[in-house]
Amino acid sequence: MALARKLLRVNLTQGTCVVEPVNQDWVKQYLGQRGLATKYLASEIDPKVDALSPENKLIYTVGPLTGTMAATGGRFSVVTKGPLTNAIACGNSGGYFGNELRSAGWDMVIFEGKSAKPVYLFIENEKAQLLPAEDFWGKSVWDTEGGIKKKHQDPQIRVSCIGRAGESQVLFAGIVNDLHRAAGRSGVGAVMGSKNLKAVAVRGTQGMSDIADPKAFMAAVKAGKKVLADNPVTGQGLPKFGTQVLMNVINEMGASPTRNHQDVEFAGARKISGEAMHEKRETDGKTHLVTNQACFGCTIACGRISRIDETHFSVKTKPEYWGASGGLEYEAAWAFGNANGVDDLEALQYCNLLCNEEGMDPISLGATVGAVMELYELGIISKEEIGFEAPFGSAEALCKLAELTARGEGFGKLLGQGSKRLCTKYGRPDLSMTVKGQEFPAYDGRALQGMGLAYATSNRGACHLRGYMVSPEVLGIPVKMDPKATEGKPEMLKAFQDATAVVDSTGLCVFTTFAWNLGDIQPQIQAACEGDWSMETLLATGERIWNLEREFNLAAGITGKDDTLPPRLLNEPCKTGPQAGMVAQIDKMLPIYYELRGWNTDGVPTTETRARLGL
Amino acid sequence: MQKSLNIDPGKCTGCRQCEMACSYEHTGSFNTSDSRIKIFEFHHEGRNVPYTCTQCAEAWCLNACPVEAIKLDSLTGAKVVSESVCVGCKVCTIACPFGTINYKQETGKVQKCDLCGGDPACARECPTGAITFVDADWTGLDRMRQWAQKTDTQAQA
Repeated sequence: MALARKLLRVNLTQGTCVVEPVNQDWVKQYLGQRGLATKYLASEIDPKVDALSPENKLIYTVGPLTGTMAATGGRFSVVTKGPLTNAIACGNSGGYFGNELRSAGWDMVIFEGKSAKPVYLFIENEKAQLLPAEDFWGKSVWDTEGGIKKKHQDPQIRVSCIGRAGESQVLFAGIVNDLHRAAGRSGVGAVMGSKNLKAVAVRGTQGMSDIADPKAFMAAVKAGKKVLADNPVTGQGLPKFGTQVLMNVINEMGASPTRNHQDVEFAGARKISGEAMHEKRETDGKTHLVTNQACFGCTIACGRISRIDETHFSVKTKPEYWGASGGLEYEAAWAFGNANGVDDLEALQYCNLLCNEEGMDPISLGATVGAVMELYELGIISKEEIGFEAPFGSAEALCKLAELTARGEGFGKLLGQGSKRLCTKYGRPDLSMTVKGQEFPAYDGRALQGMGLAYATSNRGACHLRGYMVSPEVLGIPVKMDPKATEGKPEMLKAFQDATAVVDSTGLCVFTTFAWNLGDIQPQIQAACEGDWSMETLLATGERIWNLEREFNLAAGITGKDDTLPPRLLNEPCKTGPQAGMVAQIDKMLPIYYELRGWNTDGVPTTETRARLGL
Repeated sequence: MQKSLNIDPGKCTGCRQCEMACSYEHTGSFNTSDSRIKIFEFHHEGRNVPYTCTQCAEAWCLNACPVEAIKLDSLTGAKVVSESVCVGCKVCTIACPFGTINYKQETGKVQKCDLCGGDPACARECPTGAITFVDADWTGLDRMRQWAQKTDTQAQA
């Protein structure tokens, strides 16, 4: 059976934990994880609430395939209203925590209210209790995970927690599990911090025994694994280079946003690429990369485990960073590297480690540093305000800014508000490379027209994981599309957005879709879950989830006017490279996209669309 | 001919497919806490190491058992726990130098690797070849081949 078990409702104000059945009508409509939790959130809170107030809720949730043998079946999500965007926020994470939560018998945990004092939730199978977290408040993610395991004398506990960034409500604070995997974006960690909730610690030993048709499930899982193994991206490229396989590819496409999107090619890309991580360093003769690492159930294993250069200025007096740990993934490498013009691989890894240690989204942090560096070079922010010089290309400034933000010190307090608020404060909101308040990831919306539209319409602000048009526009998956063209992009984007909403609701990783299409996933869901999960049902489910998120955002006060890009992307063409001369042509695509979605010209779902989707 | 599990930690990515396969084979459910094989992550070394019973020839667990609940499967060479005989005294868990036989609270019995009757699920499902099932007399064969490859192959005149 799918999500037919139970959810835990934790009222932090009252200090209570109550068991509830999962709403089965909603499971039929929203499947699980992202879809189902969004339905709960949208039904239980006023979308206009202050994201950092006790009235907001925070939902941990797994999918029907989480904790099964399905390849990558270990994902969980954290769904809330995000403080960075004031839109729906949904952070998805891997590692081993998701399986542990499901194995403890829980499909969802809903946190509401606010605790008077710092607490953490401790779950041992059916037993759930809020425990004092004063000993862990003020501690990093790494110290908190270690501390909780030590306190309970159980190294097999899995921990998902915030670091100091979440406590101090850095607006792009993430929630980190298993030391280096994160529900990273949109500030879900700040919401957790606002509730005085430090951690969720779980030990689950019940497992998953209610697969609807085990024989069919194992056959579908086996077939799916073969597709992943045989595919050149999931079978070879990702295991060897991780997502960093993209660094040189995207740069050579002239699609790598550089120095706060002033340029689209970065001369230093080669030095910080996946290939470079395999090369021996001059200082110690070791490679940066130590090994690849899988999340729970994953047969791809794209994760990077690296060892920083002990002699590097950022860590030479800090042995606590010398051991191998997570990073660099492509998005973090880009955000600290290209976005700031920094080509020092070790400095990027140091900043990435800080993000894991204190719980921050490396994309938003790196991109906000990029905005600071441009404002500094324009003379709008002074050296005195920052405390040091911060020109593009300065690895020293990047590392110092990351440290200040993680600790909530000095100029870091402002940086922790994200680039939209920071640039607005200095009278230059146009220099904030954001959509709906969230910073762009590592693909230029001018060079790749479809990605531009994906950013403009994403329900959680600028994001590559809501509709990955890089697949058709760069990699030719499922078909090759001309990145310069606008024709056909709204149609393809809608298909990607709906399919991704399904994948994010299953417990599977969206990276499988480099090789899998929905047709590879459908038999796995159908065999695991009772009821009808045909392709038609899944596609309708994806579209329903997308529209539900849209309606949440509309009710929160976000409108069709927010479906746009910063003026730089609309007016300043790509200066160099294969896409030179291109600007983002949102105006050509957006009306077609709205029509395809069944929305009116203001971007509001029509009565017919709402009725068709059962909203 | 008997076969042995052969584990190469250098190939392990830590995905836990082996643990899930083990639990599914033995219990019909996906539950890593029921697995007889366990992955240990040494995060700061960047290493994942699968560990399970080596099926010792002179098996401490088998010799320690006061009720003869652990028997040799002569076909596979596995030392197999008979749940109907096991009384849950845990002496075998003390005797085993490697910790690979463990008492389960839920059943009141001990459990260990039984080589799945000759077709171990962990080896079958490992996606990277970190766990293989090879000729029990030649567990060193791959490593020998690697060294052999490095030798000077020029024929002496």
